[in-house]
Amino acid sequence: MNIVVLTKQVPDLVEGLEIDPSGKALDVASLRYILSESDDHALEQALLIKEKVGGRVEVFALNQGEARESLIMALAKGADRAVLVDAGLDSPLANHAAAQIFATLLRGGPFDLILTGVRAIDDLDGSVGGLVAGLLDLPYLGLIRKVEIGGDGKTAIAEKEYPGSYAAELEVRLPAVLGIQSAEQPPRYVPISRLRQVMKTATVEEVSVSPPSQQLLGVARLFKPEEGAGAVMIPGDAKEAARQIASLLFERRLLR
Amino acid sequence: MGTLQVPPIPEKPGVLFPEIASAEDKFRACVQCGVCSGSCPMGKAMDFPPRKAVKMLLEGRFDEVVKSNTPWLCVSCHTCAARCPSQLQISDGLFPALRAAVMASGKPMDPDLQKALQNTYLYGNPMGEPPRKRADWTKTAGVPVPIMAQLRRPVDVLWIVECYPSYQPRGQAISRHLARILHALKIDFAILGPEERCLGDCEWLAGEHGLFETLIERNIETLRKYRFREIITTDPHAYRPLRNVYPSMGGSFVVKPVVQFLAERFGQVKNLLKSKLDAIVTYHDSCCLGRKTGHYEEPRMLLRALPGVKLVEMIQNRESSLCCGGGGSTVYLDRFIQERVKDRLADQRVEQAAATKAEILAVACPFEPSRFEDAVKITGHEGKLLVRDIIEMLAASMELA
Repeated sequence: MNIVVLTKQVPDLVEGLEIDPSGKALDVASLRYILSESDDHALEQALLIKEKVGGRVEVFALNQGEARESLIMALAKGADRAVLVDAGLDSPLANHAAAQIFATLLRGGPFDLILTGVRAIDDLDGSVGGLVAGLLDLPYLGLIRKVEIGGDGKTAIAEKEYPGSYAAELEVRLPAVLGIQSAEQPPRYVPISRLRQVMKTATVEEVSVSPPSQQLLGVARLFKPEEGAGAVMIPGDAKEAARQIASLLFERRLLR
Repeated sequence: MGTLQVPPIPEKPGVLFPEIASAEDKFRACVQCGVCSGSCPMGKAMDFPPRKAVKMLLEGRFDEVVKSNTPWLCVSCHTCAARCPSQLQISDGLFPALRAAVMASGKPMDPDLQKALQNTYLYGNPMGEPPRKRADWTKTAGVPVPIMAQLRRPVDVLWIVECYPSYQPRGQAISRHLARILHALKIDFAILGPEERCLGDCEWLAGEHGLFETLIERNIETLRKYRFREIITTDPHAYRPLRNVYPSMGGSFVVKPVVQFLAERFGQVKNLLKSKLDAIVTYHDSCCLGRKTGHYEEPRMLLRALPGVKLVEMIQNRESSLCCGGGGSTVYLDRFIQERVKDRLADQRVEQAAATKAEILAVACPFEPSRFEDAVKITGHEGKLLVRDIIEMLAASMELA
């Protein structure tokens, strides 16, 4: 089973985000990047499938932020090949371009399964998996939380959860593209000694691709939601605040 | 009240993981006396208590121990090693080796511990707090707390603040008290601020040697940029690796726990003490400051200097002190341990403190205020027993609080 995992970097929320003076983008100087969380789950799902049925896991990463580190981490976790894709894409809105680049690199295979995070936090768009599937003329399923490969290796059962607390197992013919919401298990831990060892010996392949020229989307304005009026902040220590809240609730007849 | 005391066998400074390279050979010296298992506060909950684990290691049954609950129940209190007649490093050698073996096996790790280790690798603190905000606590200290990178001159004292005292609200409050005390003592000091990273004690004992080495390399690189006479810290979990492990990795610094630093200025400190505290106080020897590094008297000296304080001892004190249950990365494993052990060590310890009729349980380790305050609530001593860091008590008497 040849499994391809498509990944990208997203801003790390831990340091907090700031908007740059243009008002249309995040301030890159104060930004730090990490692997998109759902891509991390896609990688974990790929590794779990490899461990169950054998095969290879190849990870592709758009070159941004800490992409090289993330690829080395993927190799340390058990991926077999890591490819850094330098396409000069710097906008989170370049999903059409990203999908075209991935499709061009992957056309002709060989692969049985393409996994990618169902959606990244920097665009909340979730379009790359579907677009890649469209360009390669493959089936696509999104929001997947578990994947089982059929006994003949030609189909997969992908599980997804629906609102109203039910779930479905969907059968898909391979090759296929799956947008992973979460892997069957949380992404694994790699001891740092292993990571350091891989860092010294591993090779990350690099490919340069010129980005499709047309920018289809642009940011008109990026802003923090305005604070709403009408909120009352209740000062004081916990006991005093609780007393005030209780009396407000009585006043408004929400408590009797 | 009688006290149980055993002569301490101090650690040898400057040796990095000596037991792991040849764990089996070293442990051939084991005489199977069982003092370790008998002394282990977690032994009864372990599938294989230390003596048995060593026996199995020597019988080639290491795998069974690795798969059991044993590796993750050790709180690294060092009681076993301090009492071992063969001087085997059990809690700091065998257990990290077991944990490293679990990690290498690829077996899923406890999610809380995994998160803490990942955070420490990415952000230099286990809580996943922003590195840039590491010095934010200083804004409300009320006295200047200079940062080395901005100061651009040598200082007398470099204060390693560490993670809990930088980010956890109670820890931050204690840090602010210490800043005021240092200021009152006219100490020329500075901190590393956003450049500071976890010193790695818990990561080391969690068996994450690669992470520990990464932290050591980074910290030594940072420390070498600056000139200072000595390092002080309120965190015994920073003091101990700085004293015992960093030298073997090329980082030799004069380092003191803050209780020692203040005890060295006892006269000056005493002159600043004004308010009477009027309380019966008992002191908890933390494992890192007590059994592991032998600082038993300085904290007691400072407490006795507080006007109106009557110091009483718990049944287990000094070398035989009972661990708070948070050492060696188990501070991240509370949930895991609580599911397996009914009798939490922090609760047992608070019961011991309450039995002395003390009104204040004094501590000198940043893990302890929150651990023991929880335990005070759980054991029903709320309102009767306060948990206070020695720094908080000194600041209160100096009227700096």
